[in-house]
This record gives sequence, structure tokens and C-alpha cells, in this order.
Amino acid sequence: MRTDDLIRVLAADPEVEKTPLALALVYGLVPGILLSIALYGVLLGPRPHLADLMSEPRVLFKILYPLAVFACAGPLALRLARPTGNPRPLVALLVLWLLVLVAAVGIELLVLPPDLWRARLIGHNAAFCMVMIPSFAAAPLVGALIALHRGAPKNPTLAGAGAGLLAGAFAASLYATHCPDDSPLFVATWYVLAVLVVMAVGAIAGSRILRW
Amino acid sequence: MRVDRDSEWSALLRAANAGDAPAYRRFLQQLAPVLRSFVRRMLVRAVAPEADAEDIVQEILLAIHTKRDTWIESAPVAPWVFTIARHKTIDALRRRGRRINVPIDDVAESLASEEGEPNLLGLFLDRYLETLPNVQRKVVEAIAVGGNSIAEAADTLAMSRGAVRVALHRGLAALAARTKGP
Repeated sequence: MRTDDLIRVLAADPEVEKTPLALALVYGLVPGILLSIALYGVLLGPRPHLADLMSEPRVLFKILYPLAVFACAGPLALRLARPTGNPRPLVALLVLWLLVLVAAVGIELLVLPPDLWRARLIGHNAAFCMVMIPSFAAAPLVGALIALHRGAPKNPTLAGAGAGLLAGAFAASLYATHCPDDSPLFVATWYVLAVLVVMAVGAIAGSRILRW
Repeated sequence: MRVDRDSEWSALLRAANAGDAPAYRRFLQQLAPVLRSFVRRMLVRAVAPEADAEDIVQEILLAIHTKRDTWIESAPVAPWVFTIARHKTIDALRRRGRRINVPIDDVAESLASEEGEPNLLGLFLDRYLETLPNVQRKVVEAIAVGGNSIAEAADTLAMSRGAVRVALHRGLAALAARTKGP
């Protein structure tokens, strides 16, 4: 085929995707998020007295911190999904959030007697947390990957990891409303580990699905 | 000069994304020679056969076509174009690296004789075209080889214009999917 002929063919197909990529990501995420909330409602439900406990700083931090990461991960995933998207400002913001987590751990170590550190770190149910967070992340991750499939990431693996962070952060926040372990020591260890697992799955899936 | 080129490309692509087909065609026509020299430079640097250049140019054009909504209207066009061009050239080289390199002397010769002509020949798209569903292939061929418009292709193939458009859109998406990186 001659290039001029190809250009004629391309110009004859003027249909451009009307939905912006950001909106497509929202459409992709919403069903996954609803599915995960339904799963959460059936399997776990919120912990007893959650509303009363919300004034407790540790509980508030545990629920809001992943939401803040979620809010950064959305724009980050979108930038990673465009050929010329610049992820740096959002990565910087996420590093800042990481420092906030480090500070929270530091404060916890200051206010907590050392003989309690080990118990708080291990918590009641670390293994359960490591299973539930990836489970609640699965459906939103699939939705995000389907949406980002329309993009053109410079690095599909990174874009997949970004989708994993998005899904994992949401799942962490959702699980936090059930989880009885409130210490930042627990959150910084097991929540982070669980989200890293989701990011790794997203990266592997992205390296296959998000190629273009 | 570069700024001029970018603002012209921006204007054309903005019009194109709003549905202006002639502007889109002009945009792609302006892109083709620039991409051609870009790809040749990359091939020289990669010590790869230059005879593949036109195929890669066509793959880039196809990628730009299917991904043209990933350009943000407020951003410059050229960096977006060249990021896609580099990405697809590397994909193409990787893919070809896994294939047995058949002698391409005759192709290289015919290309060299057409050097400077705007109408160079690529071979890979034709091979991919063979693998498309019948209707999609016929529609693409009617427009590419037969030089038909959508309306003419619809008449020739006894299809509705809408069906021709859908088949064309899907056919191009399928062709683009064949050029994915390994």
C-alpha cells in the first residue's frame, strides 16, 4: 500500500473517540468500585461503632490516607497512559504522602511504649488484610485497565502499575473501615504491602494489555 | 520555523478532531515526509535495513490515527507525534528482530528509485490486510486501492454508508492492533 493511499483511508475515517480519557477511566472504575463495595457488604461490613471511632486519629488516618493516595493515583494513571503525559508532579506528591506516612509511624513510635510495638505491627489479622485488599482491588483494577487500554502509554508496565495503585488505594480505604488494627505501624506495613501486590499485578497486566 | 510548524499542526489536528476530514488529510500529508526522515535517521542509528522505513512510517501513521484522542489540545503536537513515532519505530524493530530477515534487495532498489517521491510503497500493511475479515478488507481496499470515497465504496460494495464507516473504523483498529510491540 502506498503511503498516500493509506492517508486517504485514514482521512476517510474521521470518527474520533468522544469520551475524554479521564471520563473513560471514571466509567471504568465505577462498576468495579460498586462491585467491590457489594462484596465488602456481603463478606465483611463495617466494624462495630465505626461512626464513634471516626474521631480517633488513628482510625481517621487509616481511612483517609489511602483516599488521598487514590486521589493522586487517578491523575497519575491518566498521565502515564498518554504518550507525552508528565507523571513527575504527581510522583512528587506521592513521595510527599509517603513522608506523611513515615511521620505517622514516627509519631506512633514516640507515643507508644516500645513493648507494644511488636504487637501493633503484627496486629490481629495481617494475613486477612493481605487477602482482602487485593480482592477488593481486583474489579476496579480490571475496570481501570480496560479504560486505559484506549490510551497510548509510553511505558505500558508503568501505566499498569499506576492503575494498580489506583485500585489498591481504593481497596485499602474500603478495608480500613472494617479492619480492627488501627496503628500506623500496621498500616505502613501490611496495607502498603497489599497495595504493592496490586501494583505488581497491574504492572504485569499492563505490560500485556496496555501495549499499542 | 519549528513553532510555526507546531501551530500549523495544532490547528490542523484540532480541526481534524472536530471532524474536518480535509484538514486531517492535510495534517497526515504534512506529517508523512517528516516521519520518513525521522524513521530513516532512527534506522541508520539502529543499523537496521532502511528498506523497512516506509512500512514503519505507515505503522506510525496508523498509530497516530487510532490514538489521536490522546493528544491534549492545549499541548504542542510535535512532541506527541515524535513520542509515538519513536515508540512505534522501536516496536517495529523489535518485531522484525524476531523474524527471519528475507533478502529485500529488490524492494530496496524500487524504494531508492522512488526516493523523494511522496508516494512510497509499504508492504506490511498489505500483508496484515489479508488477515482482516472480508468486509473490512474490501472496504479498506476500495478506498486505498480503488480510490473511492465512503459513498462510492458503499455503492460499489452494495453496503450502506454507515456500514462502510463502521467496517473501515474496525478494520483500521484491527490493522493498528497488528503493529503492537512484541
